[in-house]
Amino acid sequence: MSIYVDQNTRVVVQGITGGAGSYHARQMVAYGTKVVAGVTPGKGGTTLDEIPVFDSVRQAVKETGADASCIFVPAPYCKDAILEAVDAGIRLIVCITEGVPVFDMLAVKPIVDRAGVRLIGPNCPGLISPAGRCKIGILPASIHQPGHIGVVSRSGTLTYEAVAQLTELGLGQSTAVGIGGDPIAGTGFIEVLQAFQDDPDTQAVVLIGEIGGSAEEKAAAFVKEHMTKPVIAFIAGRTAPPGRRMGHAGAIISGGEGTAESKITILRECGIEVAETPADIGATLAKRIGWNP
Amino acid sequence: MKIHEYQAKAVLAAFGVAVPRGALALTPEEARVAAQGLGGSVWVVKAQVHAGGRGKGGGVKVCKSLDEVRDKAAAILGMTLVTPQTGPEGRLVRKVYVEEGLAIARELYVAMVLDRETRTIVLMASTEGGMEIEEVAAHSPERIHKEYIDFQAGIQPFHVRNTCTALGLTGLAAKRAATFLPALYKAFVDKDASLAEINPMVVTADGDLLALDAKVNFDDNALFRHPDIAALRDTDEEDPLEVQATAHDLNYIKLSGDIGNLVNGAGLAMATMDTIQHFGGQPANFLDVGGSADRARVKAAFEIILSDKPKAILVNIFGGIMKCDVIAEGVVAAARDVGLTVPLVVRLQGTNRDAGREILAKSGLRITPVESMREAAEAVVRASRGE
Repeated sequence: MSIYVDQNTRVVVQGITGGAGSYHARQMVAYGTKVVAGVTPGKGGTTLDEIPVFDSVRQAVKETGADASCIFVPAPYCKDAILEAVDAGIRLIVCITEGVPVFDMLAVKPIVDRAGVRLIGPNCPGLISPAGRCKIGILPASIHQPGHIGVVSRSGTLTYEAVAQLTELGLGQSTAVGIGGDPIAGTGFIEVLQAFQDDPDTQAVVLIGEIGGSAEEKAAAFVKEHMTKPVIAFIAGRTAPPGRRMGHAGAIISGGEGTAESKITILRECGIEVAETPADIGATLAKRIGWNP
Repeated sequence: MKIHEYQAKAVLAAFGVAVPRGALALTPEEARVAAQGLGGSVWVVKAQVHAGGRGKGGGVKVCKSLDEVRDKAAAILGMTLVTPQTGPEGRLVRKVYVEEGLAIARELYVAMVLDRETRTIVLMASTEGGMEIEEVAAHSPERIHKEYIDFQAGIQPFHVRNTCTALGLTGLAAKRAATFLPALYKAFVDKDASLAEINPMVVTADGDLLALDAKVNFDDNALFRHPDIAALRDTDEEDPLEVQATAHDLNYIKLSGDIGNLVNGAGLAMATMDTIQHFGGQPANFLDVGGSADRARVKAAFEIILSDKPKAILVNIFGGIMKCDVIAEGVVAAARDVGLTVPLVVRLQGTNRDAGREILAKSGLRITPVESMREAAEAVVRASRGE
């Protein structure tokens, strides 16, 4: 019915007593997510509404059986927070925080991989499974509805744009995953595409990429080689000037590489339809799968 | 973040990277005194701006006398240096760096940069020193040698040996490289650099190895742990509007078109620019107000966009965390305060959309409300043409 999360996922929020942490913990609970614990060092023994707060992730796991974590701690402390979650046996870590140093991610990524832990982000909106009523992150829940379209994206608000169009057309989502806009991401397009391919409830996929790096090109080759489900795409940044970071740390055209045009060309060569404008994402998918609302 | 050549050399030298001796000068007389202090009979006067290709633009001069140093410095200081990287508007030169002249036998290229795909630090080397590496990459990519360095293990002697072989470095120069390259790597990693480029790295007539030029960029996200590096920021080298935007936590990039836009989220902001262009307009800027913008930040964003004198402005907000009514209040306040006269097209979607639209409708301001991104782009392009 979804990938990575479902109605049984038990979430600990790291940084739950901060502004963003407390606001979004409540939003997650309101949606139906099982937020079983919060962690803020030094605030152990307190509560946020009904949610018990612990000093460490290890305590939170021991006391509540949390198996997923959502991180809102400030960027300088994310390396510590991610590694603490891995150490405590968390299986899915979603890091929302923007601004994590690249070298911190270089240090963290091999440890996460070695432990077999799934890390999503950083600098991402998180993920949501409408049928499982499970949201880990900051996506606006109201625009989502249960269904069979998988969405994977490097952008936050552009994901909401795409999801809103799908919902408007009556195309619900199995899972929407924001993998984040940083140069080193915990989870890439290919891993999410594989999960959607393996998920019996996902029938088609929307991939939203942007300039910088070559993740979209690699994803295109993967779709051609390994996927039987229809995939459509949108790439942001056709008008972006080279050499400038367009908001996201990873969204930069450098040395002539990572342009939108080259990504779009390769996606199309691999048989993936690419929406001309973001306004056409929903319609492009509907046409691809022969859906008439 | 970018820094000047003279700053980069000081940072690298502290790690043991060999650089020529030099001194900074703000006036022609200072340049002459600096040259005198360095001694010798040949000096190089180099314009200090955040752009490459300075030699081609006349910003680097070799001098054979102290008077010539002073005269060349006088010519360079205050000039508007135009290089392939500055754009046609060029850069005002405020500082020069005076260096000892070297007897150069060979010019080589080395650089370190993160490789996103392999998640390693790639050490690039080429015998085509002094040329723009993008040109080498385009015409003869086989001339760029690459060593992929694991971040955990760090640089190894074999990386150095392989690089020396690729560059044809032997004897004393190879011995120097065994210090130079690990020092460069250590500086790159310890200071959270995103690029360290030595172009050229020169072999002198004596077989010595030095960084004749140095370009080092840093990961903005890591500056919090490097106050020494953060202090090197030179806002004179940045667009004043971009400096103002940074002060308000706004992601703003000035572009050349005439349609201003204010968007939440980097991906949506890029996509909004793309859509404007798709419908025949030209964006004047990229502006992401971020996920948690309040009224004050929206107002600051408006002021920055208006400084660019756009013919029309598009506000495109998909409210998630950000609430549309908050944005709407900011838009109305800003429009009143600045006496907005250019046409304004506003699209609000998501959280508290209806409340936001009501605030706009009641404001009495000349605002064109739209529903979809397509409508938004079409409307703002029409407005920019005075239709």
